[in-house]
Amino acid sequence: MPHQQTAGPTRRQIFEARQRRKSLVIASASTITVVVALIVLVPLAPGWSKVQQSFFNGAVLAKSFPKLLDAFMINVMIFAWSAPAIAVLGLLIALARDAKSPALFPLRIFGAAFTDIFRGVPVILTVYLIGFGIPGLGLPRPWNSPYIWGSLALVLTYSAYVAEIFRSGIDSVHKSQRAAALSLGLSERQVMQDVVLPQAVRNVVPAQMNMLIALQKDVSLLSFIGPVEIFRQAGVFKSLMANFTPYVGAAIIFLIVTIPATRYADYLMARQMRERS
Amino acid sequence: MAKIELRGVVKRFGENTVCDGIDLDVSEGEMVCLIGSSGAGKSTLLRCINLLEPIEDGAIFLDGQDISVPGLDPQAVRARIGMVFQSFNLFPHKSALENALLAPRRVRGQSRADILPEVEALFARFGLADRMHNYPDQLSGGQQQRVAIVRALAMRPEVMLFDEITSALDPQLVGEVLDVLLTLKSEGITMVMATHEMGFAREAADKVCFLKDGRIIEEGPAAKLFDHPQHAETQAFLARALK
Repeated sequence: MPHQQTAGPTRRQIFEARQRRKSLVIASASTITVVVALIVLVPLAPGWSKVQQSFFNGAVLAKSFPKLLDAFMINVMIFAWSAPAIAVLGLLIALARDAKSPALFPLRIFGAAFTDIFRGVPVILTVYLIGFGIPGLGLPRPWNSPYIWGSLALVLTYSAYVAEIFRSGIDSVHKSQRAAALSLGLSERQVMQDVVLPQAVRNVVPAQMNMLIALQKDVSLLSFIGPVEIFRQAGVFKSLMANFTPYVGAAIIFLIVTIPATRYADYLMARQMRERS
Repeated sequence: MAKIELRGVVKRFGENTVCDGIDLDVSEGEMVCLIGSSGAGKSTLLRCINLLEPIEDGAIFLDGQDISVPGLDPQAVRARIGMVFQSFNLFPHKSALENALLAPRRVRGQSRADILPEVEALFARFGLADRMHNYPDQLSGGQQQRVAIVRALAMRPEVMLFDEITSALDPQLVGEVLDVLLTLKSEGITMVMATHEMGFAREAADKVCFLKDGRIIEEGPAAKLFDHPQHAETQAFLARALK
């Protein structure tokens, strides 16, 4: 029997449409069940009214929110000057660790020691040690500022991680690219600069995005050595108003920034996976 | 004096001897084809000539100068010898044109404006004028390989090495790449190619070398080697390859 092109959807399309409708119904039903359960059950808990009063207090939120936003600008500022410094230092450390010339051997050792030390110590400890230790040397203003030394602690720690990501990016460039570039007469340095590094950096953009998101949150660790950024400001409100809602407000402000950034990083990751497959 | 002379070239990877004392002369303007099974040492030999692999023993001469002296700066040698690879190895982050401009600018220090007309002419000559601004992943395999040839030619090499450059191509794209080689041959550029294209080797090569286990078993003019192979191993290989 000759094949006939029928008008309308094929058997397969009808089947798939039915499957899709079925999944949609199941997903909706289960979501509604969970949400309703939460709305109904949580307020039934004996301490709910107290929790609501101290964590989700509308009046407190409205009162503290503008000040929290102001304080968040300090986080943004510290982030804004730390991130470029981390990118540059991280790249330099990555290159130092892969240096081949014997004259640069000390640099290799230094690079390895640097990443081992700063990846091995909790960020908060580095912030404490550098943030309190260096101003303790009795430096004159403005060199005793916790902003400077706190930022330096973040830069050192994050550079160690970022350097390792750059190195993995450099390794991800196939060695045939090196061979092709060398065969044209390029020097090792030119091969790195013109051929390997541009590809390596592009390969690790999504991974580095995640580091930026983590950095944005870790800026709050500087509150422990002085700067009144958003976490510290929320703490001040908590003491003044005897209420935890300002912390929830701070969390909301973080999420407003980090959720789009996280979504974007995931999107970049997914796109890269597609390109490689 | 030959353009390239190999004398007793030995290359080992650990315990594995890949080139086992190879002697070969390539005259100016000659086209030499290396044939043999995979693993016979053809590709490695080409990589040794281009100093991508250091050799364990023997010597390689370019215009009578020993280029295999340990410690010799390989850059100047590589700038005179172009190489094209089986898997193209174009730089994916650069357009076809930028791929070809990179080495003349970086290695020879020419300005973009100086080199541009010459490189554009190369693209035009190999039918790539309208593809110049594309990125490698926007090109077919045959186009990519022709870009790779243009990229090597942009350095005005005295010798071109071709490492199985049609092996990764769909059969219908092989012809367009081999045509480029015929053009180059007619211009008298010295060429050494490793190939599985027996028909092409027979038609185009001045000299054919059959390699097995890192040695040249037999060499001679294409017609003679293909029609009257002297060694049993050559005969066996050709019987399989030409089937």
